[in-house]
Amino acid sequence: MDVNYIYPEFEIIRNMDRCISCRLCEKQCANEAHLFDAERKIMISDETKCVNCQRCVSFCPTRALKIVKSDCTLKENANWQNDTIREIYKQANSGGVLLSSMGTPKPLPVYWDRILLNASQVTNPPIDPLREPMETKVFLGKKPDSINRDKTGKIICTLPPQIELSMPLMFSAMSYGSISYNAHESLARAASKLGILYNTGEGGLHEDFYKYGANTIVQVASGRFGVHEDYLSSGAAIEIKMGQGAKPGIGGHLPGAKIVGDVSKTRMIPEGSDAISPAPHHDIYSIEDLRQLVFSLKEATQYKKPVIVKVAAVHNIAAIASGIARSGADIIAIDGYRGGTGAAPTRIRDNVGIPIELALAAVDSRLREEGIRNNVSLVVGGSIRSAADVVKAIALGADSCYIATAALLALGCHLCRTCQSGKCNWGIATQRADLVKRLNPDIGAKRLFNLMTAWQHEIKEIMGGMGINSIEALRGNRLMLRGVGLTSKELEILGIAHAGE
Amino acid sequence: MKKEGQIRIPSGCAIAAVISRSGKLMSGERIIKAMEPMHDRSNGLGGGFAAYGIYPDYKDFYAFHIFFDCRDTRKKTEAFLKEHFEIVKGEIIPTRKIPEITDEPIIWRYFITPLKSVLAELQLDEKEFVARTVVKINSEISGAYVFSSGKNMGTFKAVGFPEDVGRFYKLDEYEAYSWTSHGRYPTNTPGWWGGAHPFTLLDYSVVHNGEISSYDANRRFIEMFGYKCNLQTDTEVITYILDYLVRRQGLTLGEAASVIAAPFWSTIQNKTDIYDKEKHKYLRTIFPSLLITGPFSIVLGFNGGLMALNDRLKLRSMVVGEKDDKVFIASEEAAIRKMEPYAENLWSPAGGEPVIIRVEEGKY
Repeated sequence: MDVNYIYPEFEIIRNMDRCISCRLCEKQCANEAHLFDAERKIMISDETKCVNCQRCVSFCPTRALKIVKSDCTLKENANWQNDTIREIYKQANSGGVLLSSMGTPKPLPVYWDRILLNASQVTNPPIDPLREPMETKVFLGKKPDSINRDKTGKIICTLPPQIELSMPLMFSAMSYGSISYNAHESLARAASKLGILYNTGEGGLHEDFYKYGANTIVQVASGRFGVHEDYLSSGAAIEIKMGQGAKPGIGGHLPGAKIVGDVSKTRMIPEGSDAISPAPHHDIYSIEDLRQLVFSLKEATQYKKPVIVKVAAVHNIAAIASGIARSGADIIAIDGYRGGTGAAPTRIRDNVGIPIELALAAVDSRLREEGIRNNVSLVVGGSIRSAADVVKAIALGADSCYIATAALLALGCHLCRTCQSGKCNWGIATQRADLVKRLNPDIGAKRLFNLMTAWQHEIKEIMGGMGINSIEALRGNRLMLRGVGLTSKELEILGIAHAGE
Repeated sequence: MKKEGQIRIPSGCAIAAVISRSGKLMSGERIIKAMEPMHDRSNGLGGGFAAYGIYPDYKDFYAFHIFFDCRDTRKKTEAFLKEHFEIVKGEIIPTRKIPEITDEPIIWRYFITPLKSVLAELQLDEKEFVARTVVKINSEISGAYVFSSGKNMGTFKAVGFPEDVGRFYKLDEYEAYSWTSHGRYPTNTPGWWGGAHPFTLLDYSVVHNGEISSYDANRRFIEMFGYKCNLQTDTEVITYILDYLVRRQGLTLGEAASVIAAPFWSTIQNKTDIYDKEKHKYLRTIFPSLLITGPFSIVLGFNGGLMALNDRLKLRSMVVGEKDDKVFIASEEAAIRKMEPYAENLWSPAGGEPVIIRVEEGKY
């Protein structure tokens, strides 16, 4: 014990009256927080190793376990809080940059929770989705400016490439490497069954998953890992990743320890080498360079695939989006600062970027003011937590939402936020074969299907209440939104009125 | 209290229309009568009429009907018009003093044509320039409101019950081959003359019964193309959408109806005619923001015809009937019977099914 020692954050409470020393908890915990004391024939715990992933709690057959927040704390101090002090000790010890996983846990405003939805009363009938058709289908992509006809007067029905979605939701980018083979398989199969898309992230596409190509977005990021001609042509769309909400301005780093077997093959890099994605694309130092990459990818795929440009929500997002909308991109994906990550520098994750709600509102308004909203579709992510968030995002102006954390939760993630350790007990953020097999893709795909179907039902219910029977009529329909407890400036940026107005 | 334009006000309503397919002229008496049995569908806060073929002597000129709040506004507006148009006639629109209609603004009409030099300078076609002028006056000259701007047609509207509005404007003295009318039931309004129907742009006029739930999605889309929804009413946005689709995008009326009251995806999927299927999918894909949801029945008037349309779920009543060369449309059959007791072939068009009636070529 030394100056760095802090009592562990969690305590493992074991009810010894219930514990039968079956050692299941020991087997389940990749962090080795549970141990069997052979002499005393009882289970003991090493709480310093516990990450509170709840795996042992979920599997304990006698419900003998619970994990609680430790009440051993430093003297209370509103300015120097426990976490802050703990982080200083860590850095004084290691000299390193702090790393974190998943979205920021900081209590910054969540605007979704300050926005309320409308419903019809008297002057306009609500519509019952059980009785009337209720449509959630959307098409993402550039829309032509004018109608063209052939010599006989028939409309020429050729469209720029579009993505068709059965509902305005997609699984956002998570690479094979940052998450497991089984997690990818679950996402791919669910997307396929649901008529939506999932996203490879920057890890290439495992050869087993090419068959889900019609429901796959293939990503091209700054490391260009796993990018080759067949890869580009295999998906329904190509995404250029310029940034990520959890770490704007920062590249990625998948440690060599995770670059094993198929991950190495799929990424097209040697086993054990670190996969480092640079902060910028080294062929994109400006907007005109982005245009070149957009068209290079289009050329490589015969203009058959829509190109998505994904950016983190940063201060000047409206102007940046306006530039992208004129760059030839078909879709802009914006990732808000609460978005998740497999690993990001803590200070970046918790302090850089802006909330997706404000970014979305600003971008949608700006593109309309410039008359170029039809040039692109808008996809937003960065902590979309429920069907209500989806409805609010669409009403603010999004064409579709990206979800990732919610999808991982459906697969069993308990948001312990230690993905960077690679020891995910739920078989998601790990490459250890013994852990990966814990996630059964049959069950994973089913649970994702259930979650999305449930959200779709809720979206229909909410739309019906508003008297809207198709998602198109909700998109950008900000009159359906009212703010509560927001300042005039916030309302102005969101482009909505306050409740009661 | 905020007046219309500063706040969005929902309203219910009554509509009626009559057209002669052979272009025979009818006085306004018949259409005024149609509104009587539907009195309870209005609440006295708005009524109006559109009439086609009423200005044969000036049929080559745009007839601007304008409300002014004061003489200064009128002078200012006239000065603005003179810079860009030749004004062949400007006069007060004749009205009848009746106790039911009060607080009228100053109401004038002008027969005008854009100066060729102005059009050449701006490289605009005539209709586009006139449309932009209407939007400009309505959004930039405070106190002036152009409520009719087509050729050989005119709208007449006021705060009051439609029957009274018809008498106020002496519509019995006008002769038109096509009439539409509207009685309004706004739920929350101090009543403003501009807020009454019909809404017009060029020769398109719309009377509308219902409250659309897609309003802000439609408004925010259409405002990208130079339109300004100054009054924040459903009808205004529908008028602009139809102008955009038909005049600017060159869609047929039927195609425009397929955009605003689009068939469900399942219906499109089941179509057997390949071109028809492709076309509907195409229109829905490229104009998603112009789908109108929520209840509506509308009658679109234009030079030489009418189109009646219900929302795709048919959440508002609308009946069509015929007699000889005439076609009648109304929210209730009673209104049709009042216009023509022996009307035949009465039917309720299905949701999203446009009824398009055209006057024979050369007869208007």
